[in-house]
Amino acid sequence: MQPIDPQKWLRNKARISPYEIAFWIAALIIPYAFFPNYLALASQIAATAIFCIALDLIIGYAGIISLGHAAFFGLGAYAAGILSQKGWGEPISGALFGAIFAGFCGWIVSFMIVRVQHLALLMITLGLGFLLVELANTLDWLTGGSDGLLGIDTWNLFGVFKFTFWGYTAYGYTLGAAFLVFLLCRRLVNSPFGLALETIRENPQRTTALGVPNRARLQKVFTISAAIAGLAGAILAQTTETVSLDSLGFQRSADIAVMLILGGTGRLYGAILGSIIFLVARDQLSGMNPQYWYFWIGLLLMIVVLFMPRGILGGLEKIKSKLSTKPNQKVDGA
Amino acid sequence: MNALETRNLNKAFGSLVVADDISIQLPKGARHALIGPNGAGKTTLINLMTGALTPDSGSVLLGDQDITGLESNERVKRGLGRTFQINTLFPELTPLESTTMAICERMGVAQNWLSPLANQTEAIDEAFGLLTQIGLADDCTKPTVDLAYGQQRLLEIALALATKPKVLLLDEPAAGIPKSESAALFEAIADLPKDISVLFIEHDMNLVFTFASSITVLVQGKVLVEGTPDEIAHDPLVREVYLGGADHG
Amino acid sequence: MSQILAVLFDGFAYGMLLFLLSVGLSVTLGLMNFINLAHGAFAMIGGYVTFALVSLAGWPFLATLPFAFLITAIIAAGFEVLLFRRIYQSGELNQVLFTIGFVFSMSAVAAYLFGTVNQSVKMPEFLTGFIELAGVKLPSYRIFLAAIALVVTIIVVAGLEYTRFGAMVRASVDNQKVARGLGLNVSKIFALTFAIGSGLAGLGGALSIEILSLDPSFGFHILVLVLIVVAVGGLGSVWGSFVAAACLGIFDVMGKYLFPELGSFLIYLFMVVLLFYKPLGLFGKR
Repeated sequence: MQPIDPQKWLRNKARISPYEIAFWIAALIIPYAFFPNYLALASQIAATAIFCIALDLIIGYAGIISLGHAAFFGLGAYAAGILSQKGWGEPISGALFGAIFAGFCGWIVSFMIVRVQHLALLMITLGLGFLLVELANTLDWLTGGSDGLLGIDTWNLFGVFKFTFWGYTAYGYTLGAAFLVFLLCRRLVNSPFGLALETIRENPQRTTALGVPNRARLQKVFTISAAIAGLAGAILAQTTETVSLDSLGFQRSADIAVMLILGGTGRLYGAILGSIIFLVARDQLSGMNPQYWYFWIGLLLMIVVLFMPRGILGGLEKIKSKLSTKPNQKVDGA
Repeated sequence: MNALETRNLNKAFGSLVVADDISIQLPKGARHALIGPNGAGKTTLINLMTGALTPDSGSVLLGDQDITGLESNERVKRGLGRTFQINTLFPELTPLESTTMAICERMGVAQNWLSPLANQTEAIDEAFGLLTQIGLADDCTKPTVDLAYGQQRLLEIALALATKPKVLLLDEPAAGIPKSESAALFEAIADLPKDISVLFIEHDMNLVFTFASSITVLVQGKVLVEGTPDEIAHDPLVREVYLGGADHG
Repeated sequence: MSQILAVLFDGFAYGMLLFLLSVGLSVTLGLMNFINLAHGAFAMIGGYVTFALVSLAGWPFLATLPFAFLITAIIAAGFEVLLFRRIYQSGELNQVLFTIGFVFSMSAVAAYLFGTVNQSVKMPEFLTGFIELAGVKLPSYRIFLAAIALVVTIIVVAGLEYTRFGAMVRASVDNQKVARGLGLNVSKIFALTFAIGSGLAGLGGALSIEILSLDPSFGFHILVLVLIVVAVGGLGSVWGSFVAAACLGIFDVMGKYLFPELGSFLIYLFMVVLLFYKPLGLFGKR
């Protein structure tokens, strides 16, 4: 057996693989070249993928289960939407405004989140989501209530590219944001902080005994995750030029969790894959049979939980490592 | 000045008293054994010292500092390390990652979320050195869950050492590993630098009398008697309530 | 004044309905720590059983109620053995998503069988009017509801306190390891409890047709209310659920009566604050 070089081993673990580069090139080219009629869907997928990555940070890496994360998505969407409605439609600053606003709200909520577990945690995240929907509905002079927020006007991207019905600009904008968010999160999960989060997820009692201030770490990742969710909401609001109450609601929180578990938690690409599969399938299936879409999603969900508890990507990795041991040796070796 | 000291610790769960006026002194460099029948409150005492439990009254001192009001993680930062009786590790992570994390935390770089872990060369080298010292170097890139039980016990100790403790509390470090290996494990503990004070819980009297420099006998949450191994071995009270009834063949 | 009393009673009767819908979940959650978001789906099944028997088979409403309980309980037992049993050891997230998946599928099945429209059933004459009690006019259906809920409460509490099976359930809730050590077959106890609890939800579902609306999304609509009752009342505590359900019903109806523009906002706020300070609920033990 070759001696282990610990630094190299850790570096290899975080190395960018050719598959990743291929994936992002494909994400850029395929929709523009082959599915120009589906660019609106592609933008929606990219924005959802950003949201799903945000959820993966807290669920997959840090182990905080939230049933109300759409609250931050919706807060970002309303913040950016209202900003635009009031006369500032510049997209990039608007999206950042949405992210910062949602992140700030996330930071406040995080004080509560890190102090409860299990059912109480689920119920508090769920309750905060519902609470926000009721609040947005009540403040209809600001949010448009159940009619949705209208009158959003997004200015040209970089002052040049117009957001049109066909969605050329929208997809480029959303994919660019998704790529940047992905790079940021990839850095985060491969950092000492990311490792600390994983240890807290695995065994919070033990990290305490190693001197880790669990709550402070979890608050930080929750805030970051809320900001990213807010960014996703803001971008979707800007590209669709509308925000409705259901952007805050339980249905969206549940959908996003479904996507994450389908794709696989704790691996970032699981979040992306889950969003693609879920939204493409919904687009295709609801075309034929809108009423029964949820039957298949429900069934798929149960099957994944029972037979592929690490999601589709986790399942694929397992199959791959069973088929060949060589890639593993490459990682282990010096 | 003692490395660790408890003063009149009391703790009860409802009507069940688990710590009854416990005062213990752990001098610097001590190898102190905590013994007593099952349910005597040994683990509870460690939990009170580390802050996993809050005492009803009494205080805990680390050096000359009163740490009774501190959170567990703060106590670790001030040099109070521990291991657990049942392996409490990070099953999905490797020993290298677990140990590196603990060292990053001690160095104060675990907050850093924008630079790669692999850049923390100092922490990684120290982690690997520690794992080599404890004999886990060859398996340090396997997920912890795949390690043998004895190896996981070693990782418990490596993790505690990674916090650079001044005082180390070991809760049955040899629990569950074969007798032939437990002596080796205790050799490793005995070889720890002399400025680390160690308090350990152990049921095997041979190990206790070989490695301990002093012993406290705990019965029903109370200190029954304290002394050197010699004194304890010849104490009639101990023979009666503890050694007489214990099965250590 | 009499109007306030009428509203109060309305709220209480509504709360009793919530109690029926949630008491089973409270006990099963306390027993197995299994986060079962599919509980509402069983309530929906009970509702559709009654709907089918009344509207399609022409049975009288009252005669269908025992069957709403029984059929739901049998279906629930089947699913417990077939599906739910497999995920008791899974993580919370997997339990949550698995049971949400179950609700998704069940509501699609309901939509397929009964359509997506709101269903209602024909009530017997004596349950449709009002009864005047001490100068307060109360809808007779709500009186009926409160009466049934109280009877069920008494049966459940008595069952838990005085029967051998109840003692086994209580022992298992208190400490599963010890219960197993004593030779109790915890998984069998759990299956039976699950069936009975779901059956009660089914009964609640049948009784709520008249008050809430019955459609395929029923399982989701009541889910939040049911979870609030369980979380606030405390896991495994029947009395906790009773108190929480009664309060929730009264607060909800009163809140909507006094501050209609705030909707359910106050309820959620109350729950979040309460759970923050008492994560185990009002009467929870662990």
